[in-house]
Order: sequence, then structure tokens, then C-alpha cells
Amino acid sequence: MKVDRRKFLSFVVGGAAGTALSPLPWKLVDDSSIWSQNWPWTPVPEDGEVSYEPTTCSLCPGGCGIIVRKIKDRVVKIEGIKGHPVNDGGICILGLAGLQLLYGPTRVKTPLKREGARGSGKWRKISWADAISEVAGQLNSLRSSDKADTIGCIGGSDRGVTPNLLKRLTSACGSNNFFRTPSMQDSYETALQLMHGKKAMAGFDFENADFILSFGSGILDGWGSPVRMFKANSNWKTNKTPVIQIEPRLSNTAAKADQWLPVNPGTEADLAFSLINIIIEKGLYDSNFVNNYSLGFADLKQLVKDKYKPAKIAQATGLKSSDIEKLALKFADARRPLAICGSGQGHTPGSLKTFVAVHALNALTGRVNSKGGVWAVEEPDYIKWPEVQKDKPAVKGLAQARIDGAKSKYPLSQYLLNQLPDAVNSESKASLQALLIADANPFYTMPDNKAAQEAFNKIPFIVSFSSYMDETATNADLILPNHIYLERFEDIPTATGFAGPFIGLSRPIVKPQFNTQALGDSLISIVRTMGGTVAASFPWADYKTCLVQTLGSKWPALSKKGYWVDSRFMVPGWTEGFKTASQKFNFSNKDLMMVYNSRPIIPEGSDSFPLLLLPYDSIRLANGYIGDPPFVIKTVADTVLKGKKSFVEINPITAKKYKLKQGSTAILSTPKGQAQVKVHLFEGLMPGLIAMPRGLGHTAYDNYLAGKGINFNELIGTQADPVSGQDAAWGIKAKIARA
Amino acid sequence: MSSLDEKDNAVPADSNAQASLPNDTSKDKMDEKENETSGFIIFFFIIGLVASLIAGWVIFPKLLYSKKDQPINFNHLLHMAEVDDGCQSCHFLRTDGSFSGIPGLKQCIGCHDEIQGESKDEAIFVEEYVQKGREVPWLIYSRQQDCVFFSHAAHIKGDGMDCVTCHGHIGESEQTRVYEENRITGLSRDIWGKSISGFNANSWERMKMNDCAKCHKEAIGKASSVQTGKEGCFVCHK
Repeated sequence: MKVDRRKFLSFVVGGAAGTALSPLPWKLVDDSSIWSQNWPWTPVPEDGEVSYEPTTCSLCPGGCGIIVRKIKDRVVKIEGIKGHPVNDGGICILGLAGLQLLYGPTRVKTPLKREGARGSGKWRKISWADAISEVAGQLNSLRSSDKADTIGCIGGSDRGVTPNLLKRLTSACGSNNFFRTPSMQDSYETALQLMHGKKAMAGFDFENADFILSFGSGILDGWGSPVRMFKANSNWKTNKTPVIQIEPRLSNTAAKADQWLPVNPGTEADLAFSLINIIIEKGLYDSNFVNNYSLGFADLKQLVKDKYKPAKIAQATGLKSSDIEKLALKFADARRPLAICGSGQGHTPGSLKTFVAVHALNALTGRVNSKGGVWAVEEPDYIKWPEVQKDKPAVKGLAQARIDGAKSKYPLSQYLLNQLPDAVNSESKASLQALLIADANPFYTMPDNKAAQEAFNKIPFIVSFSSYMDETATNADLILPNHIYLERFEDIPTATGFAGPFIGLSRPIVKPQFNTQALGDSLISIVRTMGGTVAASFPWADYKTCLVQTLGSKWPALSKKGYWVDSRFMVPGWTEGFKTASQKFNFSNKDLMMVYNSRPIIPEGSDSFPLLLLPYDSIRLANGYIGDPPFVIKTVADTVLKGKKSFVEINPITAKKYKLKQGSTAILSTPKGQAQVKVHLFEGLMPGLIAMPRGLGHTAYDNYLAGKGINFNELIGTQADPVSGQDAAWGIKAKIARA
Repeated sequence: MSSLDEKDNAVPADSNAQASLPNDTSKDKMDEKENETSGFIIFFFIIGLVASLIAGWVIFPKLLYSKKDQPINFNHLLHMAEVDDGCQSCHFLRTDGSFSGIPGLKQCIGCHDEIQGESKDEAIFVEEYVQKGREVPWLIYSRQQDCVFFSHAAHIKGDGMDCVTCHGHIGESEQTRVYEENRITGLSRDIWGKSISGFNANSWERMKMNDCAKCHKEAIGKASSVQTGKEGCFVCHK
């Protein structure tokens, strides 16, 4: 029998009919749809028993309480703790993405020693014992050759047990050169020292204020404790509390404010003094406070009368003098007005003059040390360690002044990291021989970045304690990775801007994922290995013991509740609230007059740079020690970052002048450098200005962040405040041209 | 179809006949051949039909599922006699309302920290898992795909359903069944049901969405089933 075409077709037809009558096609369709809806390579959280563990977030100094949802040992979600005094259930975008910092690709997994040239990325894995003994050996050899004062340490903070262990290690070695990452805290601290006579942080009673005047503070852009600010802002909206935002750019904060007053950048202090002048002239100040609880009012009155007449300030700020007057009246008329400053997220100290002017404005209306106002919150005084023990090299080293001029050339400041590059670069032999860096990423965050990197490259021995492969770790000689905040114990005293003494406790809610070690333990091991008086200055067996002993009676409550708030704390009041010599508030004294009369900060650059470049901060761009995790960088708008290109904002009028259009590629130059950027036309920015976001242009971390955009710090220089010595540069002259 | 073929064939046959009349014998021969061919065509059709039916109903299920043994042969009946609270002694609702599912070592260790009986399976369990602190990689017959949300609490507490309705008489089993894993989806054969046709005699023999729908549709009148309402998809498919 021959199988011809017809028979074959018949067979096929029969087969098709049979197949249709069998479950095969229907079952295959069903199975493949299940398969395609559950790609086997898509990660799915493990199923199992859920547990919730409370801790404190330390990704910023905000001190939010977070609760971590876990399935077995795997962290699956981070949420805010309801009822927490700082954030009451809220969480910010960075806190939410903390999981990616824990499990993401950017962790340093084991101690590493540099193999190739600095920054070449060639590392050798070493044991903890070797890493510790290497650091101890280097520090000891500097001490034995009478170079103890060339040991420097940079910490993210100087509050809490771990930062103080690092500070103590610096002193025990015989060096005064401990640095803290600069921020608006530096300026607020100095202002409070001068006016209240207290070494303290500023605490703001936002919840009870009924009129908010913000001199450029990014209330909704990450200023202070961001989640608390978001919550406070919601309450202000509900209570119809007016919020007035003074800044040259329509930031998110300005957009949501009741009134936006675009002023010429750098004139915030002038405006504050002018408001003071009007309030005094109209007799609207709190005479009870001024007459009975303050000193130096007459000098301030004379100063503002002479120098800050509304007409003159109207010209300087670009506002109408009638608007300035209206603003002064509104502020004075409010029952509980509150003025704040610290531009953007407050990551730069800024001009001290602005801080004292704004604080004087609060004081004038009786808003210091009273409900709904601002007062000095001293650090909870649980760190009561004995003096460090000093041997001969330590005594000799500690007799040397700090290399940054803090406490000597600039007696009002404690730390001046911004002065470090100059101090190192100006000498032929490096004045620092070893630098230990923890919880800070100065290679990225320091303005005049090129000079800062040059200085660091002159320092022969750099140790990073970073948990992440950030710019500083990348350029270090040795990395001793710290546990990340979800893996370690850490006390977090005083959340930024919190209105009373507060300690948050971070605790390990997940086992260390890699071969890392708590910074406190690394430091104690280093001093143990060093021996002598250095070791003797650290009488604790390990970090946990040190922490528990130091916190003493506060530990049980802290470990149970996760935070401690001083329940006896009351608003300080005017009678006993000041620790100045006179026990009164200082409107002026010798130091303050020096600040009031200090020259304004004029942006760097010659006339060949006709425009002004300003930075701006966004809640979607972490620009400190922590870089944006992948989830957060994905939320950045494509008018800020598109692919690998940064956008700068320019007013359409200015753009037209330079023949720039939306999306044009342009070369932006400043006296410090140049960069290729894209143009975003934005009517919310005053003409003549260019605005650029902070937090982009990383060269390290992971592929989700590195190489995206431009680092603003590479384009701006530093400018020392004449009195505090802190970096007060608020912008830089610039030019832009089509590429 | 075969009749169509015959018609088509008939046309040239007729024209041929007209051209060479009166050659009747050749026409007969051709008819005979035609009949024979049609027979074969039907024959081939039936072969195709039968072969594909066998392939679809018998061979395909054998190819689709791989057979796996559970790591340990577990005796439910034996354990049921030992516990006080029936199924819920080991498979319970947690305080947060989630369902514990297959017990972990933590629950077994209470009795099995050492070998108790003479069962070979218990010896394997204690030596290989308890003493080494390893969880038993049980193969779960009732595991659904990840895109489906299911709340045991809503069914047990809310509706008072018993375990048997969905899980059958597994509590009375004396040994574990062979686990048949769908090579495409990775799920157990129990989800589609043992019968490849998709028909089931008992409620626990199949657990596809239609089986959920059976009960939920009955509840429409009572207005107690959110799954059948507007946007009901998202109650389970999150």
C-alpha cells in the first residue's frame, strides 16, 4: 500500500481531531500560562512565620523608629513604628529601601587590603586579625616616631558611643585631629553656644508652632528629621498654619508652601536682619523677653537700623520693600511663629550670620525657650568615660594644635573638615600620615572635590570602616567593613531637630550577612593590639559591654522600648534656660558682633562666568555617606537624570539667551571644573541661575548608581565663613554653552 | 471530507467516460479502486485519531509529570493517634492569622530529639535532619503558584470549613504518596487533579480556580463572597 498525499493528510486530520479531543492542548495552555506568570527566575520571598522587630534607622541623623518585617531570617520589609515620638509610623524612601543596602551588591564582604594603585579596585581578602594588626602597627609606628599628631579620624558624628570611641582612639593615640562630617548642626551649635551659652543641638517644637518661616530649609526635601517634617507639614496644612518659603528655586517645599518668596541667593541673612529691623521699629517684639531675659539688644537694634533698611534690603534680595514689611508684620502678629534655616537638607554648614540672624529673629518675638519655638537640646550625658591615659608621645601629640584651625584660628568651631584639604595640600610633607574614616564618604561629599582628593592622596595610609564600596573605601588602603545598621547595636542620641533629649537604639535584627565586624569592636581590637596607654584607655572587653555599661540605667528601657525620651524634660523657659555668663539670652556680644559684621559670602569666580550655579536637594537623592539604593534612584524624574546624563535647571529666559532648549546638551563650567549636562527649562528658578541636584555622579557603589550624572561637589569650591571657618559657599559663578 | 473527495474524483471520471465510450470495464475498475482508496483514507484518519487520543490521554500525562518520593515516609495516622487536637496540632493558624503549613523541625523536636521507635523512617529523620539541624525538604502536594493569595483563616474560621473538603483524607494515610511534579509549572499533580480530563468525583481531588469558584459562586446570593464582586480578581491575584 502506498501512502500518498491524501492518506497522509487524512492521517494528519485524524490526528488533529484526536488531539483536540484529548486534554493535551488545554492542559498545555493552562500550564504554560501558569509558568509565564511565575517566571522561575523571579525572586519570591520565602513563605513562613512572620516576625516584626523594632529598631532605629541610622541612615540619616533623623532617628526614626523602624519595624522590620522578617520571614524566618530574611528581612522582607521595613516600616515606620506607629506611635514613635519621631516618625509615628512614617518612613522615608531611603529608609524603605534599606533592604537593598543589606542584601544589595554594594556591601564590602570581608576585610580587604589594596593590591594595585589606589582606586584601581584591586583588592586582596585578608583576615580580621591581619587587618587589625596592620592598623595597630601603622598607628604605633607613627606614635613611636613622635608623629602621633599626624593621625586623623573622620566620623559621621561625634555623638553616641561608637563615634566617641573613634574620637577617644584619636586622643589616646595623641592627636587632636578628629573630624566630624560638616552639616548645619555645626552652625546651629555655634549659634546656640554664642546666644544660649550651651553646647547643644537646636530643638524645634514644630508641632506647636502656628507660623513657619523657612529660610531655604527643605522641609519637604529632607531637612532635619525628614519623616517628622513631612508629618509636621501635614499638620500645618490641617491646622491652616501658614508656611512661607524663602529661596531662589521653586523646590518641593516652596511649591507646597502657602507663600514662596524667591530671593536672590545669599541674601537670607540680610532679609532676616531686615525683618528684625522692622519688628523693632514697629515695637512688635516681645518686650518682656527683650527687657528681662536678654542682653545686647541695643547693639543689635543699632546695627539693623544702620545697615538693614527695607529699601536697601529690597534691592539686595530682589523683593519689594512692601513685601518685606508685610512679612515682618505677619511674623510678629502670629501667636507662635518659628523661623528656621539651613539650606536644602542642611548638609552644608552655611554662613553663620544667617543662623544667628534667624535665631535672633526667633528670640525677638519670644520664640526661644517657649512652646512652639526653638531651644537648645543638650546631648544626654551618659558618656562619662575617664580621661584617656597619656604616654609621652600622646602628651606631645596632644600639645599640637588641630591642623584645620578649629579651636585656634577659628575658636568658635570644633571641627573644620573643609579646611583639611588646604592644610594638607599647602605643606610639602603631609601633615597627616594616617587617616581613619568611619560613617563618612568624604571622597564624594567634600566640595572642591578635586582638591580634597588630592589631599587624601597625599596621606600615605587611609583606612575605611565603610560597610559599602563607596568612593572613600575604593580609594582606601585597607577596608575593615562595619556591620550595616540592621546588623549592629548603636545608640543614636538626639534626632536632628527633635525638641527634647532622645536616644534611639539600633539593634541587630538580622545576623551579619558577611564577614564584617561592628566598628566599636574593630576599634577596641585595634587598641588592644596597640597596647600601652592606648589599650589602657579602653577598659571594655568588647563593644557591647562598653555600650551597656555606658548607657547604664538607660539601657534596660532602651533595649526594651527601642528608644528613650527624657520624660522629665520641660520647655527650658527664660528664667533658667540660658547658661551664658549673665544667665540671659545674648542678642549681641563681642563674638556675635563679629558675626553680624562679617563680610558676606560672594560666590567664587571672575566676570567671565556670568551665571550662578546653585545646588538643590531632593528627598529622592541621598547625598551623604549613603548613596541612593537602586529602588530610590529609579524614582528620580527623567528631568533630573536620564540614562547617565544629569540635567541642570535653567529659567527659559536665560536659556534663550544662551540658545538652549529643553533637552539640549551643554557644557557647564565653573572655576572648579566643567561637565557635560542636559538642560531642563524651569520657570521655578530665577533667571541668571543654574540649579543642579546633589547626590548624583557617584563613581563607586554599584552599577545602579555609579556613573550616573555629575557630582555637584566637583563643580563647587569652598569658602570659609569669616568667623566660624565652616564652608559657607552657597553657589559658584558659572557659564554654560551649547555642546 | 471523504465524500467531497469522491465528488472531485467523479468529475474527471465522467469526462473520461464520455471520451472513450463504451469502455464500461475501465469505469468499474476505477470505482473499485476509488472505494479502496476511500477505505484507506478513513483508515488513516482513524489511525491518526486513535494515535493522538492515546498520546493525549495516556502518554502526555506520563511525560508531563515527573515522579518524586518524599524525603521521609510519613505516617499521618500514627501521629493523629498521638496528638490531642487533630490536624491543628501540627498545621495551625498563627496568632497573626497566617497558616503554619508544613511543620518545621522546631515542632517535631519536642518528641523526636532522639530516636524513639524502630521505624527506619524515624531513624532517617532524626539522624539526617534533627541532629544536623536541617529542615526536611518536604514536597508539598497542595502548594499553589506564587501569584495566588489564599487565607486559611478566612476558610476555617470564617466559613467553618473542615480540612477534608480541600485536602481529603490525608490525615488517615499511613504512608506518603509519590509526588508527581508538573515539569512546566513545578506544581504538584494534585492541583490539576489525578484525572487528566479535569473531572473530579470529590472536592479535594482538584484545586484549580474553577474549584474555588464553585463555592464562591454559590455564595453570590448571600453577598458574602468578595471574590465574585467588582474587582474581585485582586482579592486572590495580588
